[in-house]
Amino acid sequence: MAGGVKKFVVGSFDDEAVLFPAVKNVRKAGYKIHDVYTPFPVHGLDHAMGLRETSLHTAGFIYAITGTTTALSFMSWVFTKDWPLNIGGKPHFAIPAWIPITFELTVLFSAVGMVLTFCYLCQLSPFVKKHHFHARATDDLFVMVIECTEKTNEADLQSFLEKSGAQEINVQVAETGWWIGRYDREQVLYREEKGF
Amino acid sequence: MSLLKYESQQREPLVDGNKTYHQVTEDIISPIEMKPSKLWYIGFYISVGLLLFGAFSVYREVTYGIGQWNLNKTIGWGWDITNFVWWVGIGHAGTLISAILLLFRQGWRTGVNRAAEAMTIFAVMCAGQFPIWHMGRVWMAFFVLPYPNSRGPLWVNFNSPLLWDVFAISTYFTVSLLFWYSGLLPDLATVRDRAKTKLRKLLYGVASFGWTGSTKHWQRHESLSLVLAGLSTPLVLSVHTIVSFDFATSVVPGWHTTIFPPYFVAGAIFSGFAMVQTLLIVVRKVMGLQDYITLGHIEAMNKVIVLTGSIVGCAYLTELFIAWYGQNPYEWYAFSQNRANLFSPYGWSYWLMMFCNVVSPQLFWSRKLRRNITVTFFMSIVVNIGMWYERFVIIVTSIYRDFLPSSWSTYYSPSIWEIGFYLGTFGLFFTCFFLFAKYFPVIALAEIKSILKTSGENYKAKMTDIEKADSEKFYVEEVEHAH
Repeated sequence: MAGGVKKFVVGSFDDEAVLFPAVKNVRKAGYKIHDVYTPFPVHGLDHAMGLRETSLHTAGFIYAITGTTTALSFMSWVFTKDWPLNIGGKPHFAIPAWIPITFELTVLFSAVGMVLTFCYLCQLSPFVKKHHFHARATDDLFVMVIECTEKTNEADLQSFLEKSGAQEINVQVAETGWWIGRYDREQVLYREEKGF
Repeated sequence: MSLLKYESQQREPLVDGNKTYHQVTEDIISPIEMKPSKLWYIGFYISVGLLLFGAFSVYREVTYGIGQWNLNKTIGWGWDITNFVWWVGIGHAGTLISAILLLFRQGWRTGVNRAAEAMTIFAVMCAGQFPIWHMGRVWMAFFVLPYPNSRGPLWVNFNSPLLWDVFAISTYFTVSLLFWYSGLLPDLATVRDRAKTKLRKLLYGVASFGWTGSTKHWQRHESLSLVLAGLSTPLVLSVHTIVSFDFATSVVPGWHTTIFPPYFVAGAIFSGFAMVQTLLIVVRKVMGLQDYITLGHIEAMNKVIVLTGSIVGCAYLTELFIAWYGQNPYEWYAFSQNRANLFSPYGWSYWLMMFCNVVSPQLFWSRKLRRNITVTFFMSIVVNIGMWYERFVIIVTSIYRDFLPSSWSTYYSPSIWEIGFYLGTFGLFFTCFFLFAKYFPVIALAEIKSILKTSGENYKAKMTDIEKADSEKFYVEEVEHAH
């Protein structure tokens, strides 16, 4: 992502019931919502913002079958090819006895893989520096951040947010590091969603 | 004020008191920001003391061998493996609460899941100590890993339940840790954003991985939690199943039974819930979290205890019946003489187990007793003792008289170092738990906030008012939000 400095209009809401119609109105008016920061997962907000579904679970499934194949193929190779052990005259290719380890590795690969993918996608890591638009976004405020373009009239936008029920409105300039703006591709525009 | 969701008024609120989102943050985070109380220091130092004693006991065992514990040729598994199974079992309640109850959409889990998951992780850490130090030559412990080695390479035996255990326990630990920590990220970010000092900001900033609360991140977080819950559910069942295979796949009378997997899993959940009760009854009182861990939560957990306790009771009786019905003289001897005969050397432990696990939990059929904190606390200790004895009975009474009467063991009782090792794991467990309670939010903050408007006392009261005053308006609101 290109670096540089961008301008954002930030509106904070104290009730998710006010936030929902506001999100709808802002999008209807043609503004681009950069993001909404909330203290807890507000169900349905992703749809209201026009974000597409995450496919993290698909990644989880792929990691899972990788684990299954790794376990089964490795144990088969060890016990039939590399070093066949005679265990009480039982078959070398002992699938039933390998089910527990196969299952455990399936779960392990899937869980570890998914968490790493989650951290990668959300750019979460111990020493990462991010711009936080409002300290209370992790406490009790729902913070809507709208990106300004050359065409945006900030004063209009601010009064628009005020009418929509925002409690606190300000303009912030933030460094658009490598993590910002990844949702540009995520978001479906309101026009496209409604088919006009 | 418009409300987003409706929950039946028949259900009692999950969050008591007149709470706002900010008040929830205040209640849960402020204990972290204050200096710990005297009680905390006393508890913490006792735990560290126990841990040190445990470390010294382990030092004795490593230096002089496992004869330091009173194990012998006949009784090769004694307190150590008993403790291992007991600790693993305790861990299971945490996963049940965080994963299975998430899949069943049980709102009450939000008040207790964080502490229960922490308990899981610490309990599994304690459990892991026993098989590792039991190896005797612990410096060879890495031999259990299938890595290319200079001995052939001679691989591990993938057909052995003991190796399955290695995979099961390590996977269980890893997945529980990931699940717990991914849930902690948003709450650690809350602590970070409230931090006043530079050091706190830095430490919690590092710990929270730069969490912002972005909607997209929450969407992925929800998906991650759901899939991890879906993975943990069969995982937790598999772990205790595999632990039970350590016994069930052998040909020792008393161990060689197909009922073990479900019976062990039920027992694990039973003992785990007892431990959750023991911990949370203390935590809610000391940290003043009665509004979040309510009597309703305690009652719900007691219901699980009476259910799983009864399943365990059924399993005991089935096992006893089949031992007689199967007409295998060795199997029947193990049950009728080594266990059920009160006058045999370990008969007392069998009947103690029966009393603690089968008889006493039946008290919880009474709603009044389920909601009584003193009774619950006392019962949680009784159940923990009972479940420890269950593992002791299974392990020791099955092996102390084997097929060859000349090698029958004389009465086995543990040495001070064997007991010290067990006490040491208590030290480890409580040291970790005290640190957790001091430095981490003990209640899942974000999750409590997400149920506040459906299950908070004040919001429920408001909903009732709307419902009473204007049922038409209420209906309109409901319909509006349904679309």
